[in-house]
Amino acid sequence: MTRKAVALISGGLDSLLAARLIQQQGIQVEGINFYTGFCVEGHTHAIRKKDKDKVKRNNALWSAEQLGIKLHIIDIVEEYKDVVINPKHGYGANLNPCLDCKIFMVQKAHEWIQANDFDFIITGEVVGQRPMSQRKQTMPIVSAESGADDLLLRPLCAQNLPATKPEKEGWIKRDLLKGFSGRSRKPQMALAKEFGFEDYAQPAGGCCFLTDASYSVKLQDLWDNRGHKKYEIDDIMLLKVGRHIRPDQSYKLIIAREEGENRFLSGYKGQFQTIKTVSHAGPMALVEGDKLDQQQIELACAITARFSKGRDEESVELVYSDKGDESQAIHIKPLLPQDLPQEWYIA
Amino acid sequence: MVYSVTDSIIELDARRLFCPMPVIRLQDCINQQAVGTRIQITCTDPGVMNDIPTWCRINGHEVISSQEQYDEYILVIEKKDG
Repeated sequence: MTRKAVALISGGLDSLLAARLIQQQGIQVEGINFYTGFCVEGHTHAIRKKDKDKVKRNNALWSAEQLGIKLHIIDIVEEYKDVVINPKHGYGANLNPCLDCKIFMVQKAHEWIQANDFDFIITGEVVGQRPMSQRKQTMPIVSAESGADDLLLRPLCAQNLPATKPEKEGWIKRDLLKGFSGRSRKPQMALAKEFGFEDYAQPAGGCCFLTDASYSVKLQDLWDNRGHKKYEIDDIMLLKVGRHIRPDQSYKLIIAREEGENRFLSGYKGQFQTIKTVSHAGPMALVEGDKLDQQQIELACAITARFSKGRDEESVELVYSDKGDESQAIHIKPLLPQDLPQEWYIA
Repeated sequence: MVYSVTDSIIELDARRLFCPMPVIRLQDCINQQAVGTRIQITCTDPGVMNDIPTWCRINGHEVISSQEQYDEYILVIEKKDG
C-alpha cells in the first residue's frame, strides 16, 4: 500500500528538500500552499512598473513543478485574520505571529489529510532555524496544538526529534531522514546540490510582509487610528503600496511612487477620496479617513504636489475628488521638503 | 466567485486579483467541472501568464490559448483527467 503525505510548500528551499526526501522513500506526496494575503511575492511585482521586466514566478508552483507533484493552493484570508489579530503566543520582532501561524497552517493541513485520505503531513522546519516558530521548545507545541500530533513529520530535522507515526509504523526509514539544526544554510544548500535543485528561492527575511518592520508599523498605525484591530484584504494590500503620510489623526495619504502604483491606486476611485496631479507628471494619492475640510484638502494637495515633477514650481494644479461625483481643481504651491515633518511619514 | 457559462465555455472574471488569487479561482472552479470542460479566465495581473500554465502543467490540465489584450490577460483552459 502506497502511503500518502501532504507537504506544506512555501516556495522556499526547506519545504522543497523535505518533500523530496519523503518522495525518495516511495511515499506519494502532494503539496499544499496557503494564501494569507500577506505574501510578499507576486503583488509588488504585479503593481510596480519598475518590476515589470522581472520574471514573475510563484515559487510554490515552481517548487511543485520541480518535485513533479500536484499543488493545492488554499485561500485562508478570512480565517487567518484571527491569527494576526489575536495570536495566543504573541508576536515576534514585528507583527509576525509566526508560532500561531505555523500551528494554524498545520491544523488546516491536518483537516485536509483527513478529508482527502492522506496519511501524514511534512514540513520543511528545522530546529533552531527561526527564533519564534522553529525552536526545539516550540516544535512540540505546533504538533500538539494543531491536532496533528505524531502525524507531523519534519524530515530535515527528524533525527533531532522524537519518532513520529510514519517512522514508528515503518512507512519511512528514520535513518534516511536528516538531523539538521541551527541557522546555517550550508546543509540545505549541500542537499539541494545533491538533489540537483538550482535557482531556488532564497527570500531574505521570509516570505511574509508581517515580518517586515516598515509594513508592521503601517499596520499598527491603521489599527491605532481606527480604534480597533481589524482589517480587510484591501487594507493589507494598500499597506504594500506607496508612501504613507499622516498629517493629522483624522486622515492619511497613500501617495503613489511610480506609474504602476498610480494605476493600482486609480482602481480605488469611488472607494476613497482621491487627489491627482494634472498640470505636471505626478502621483495619484488616496485619502483614507474622514472627509477633508478645505484647509485639509489644500494641505493634502500641497503634499501630493511635492512628489510631482512640478515640485519646484510656484503652482501645481491637482484635482481633489470625494467618493462621489464631486471634484474641485486646486492650484497650490508644493510643500517644501522642510515643511513636511518626518514624523508624518508612517514607517 | 464570479463566473458565467457561455456556449459551453465557463467565463471566469479574475480582474484586479493578484496572484495567486486568479489561480485559486481557477482551481476552485475547475474542481467542480467535468473532464473536457473549458474555462476562459480574464485577469489583470500579468503574473498569471506564468502561474496559470505552471499550475495547469502540474495538475494535468491544458492551456488551449493565452493572449494579452488591452492590459488584460485571457487564458482558455481545458480540464483533463489529471
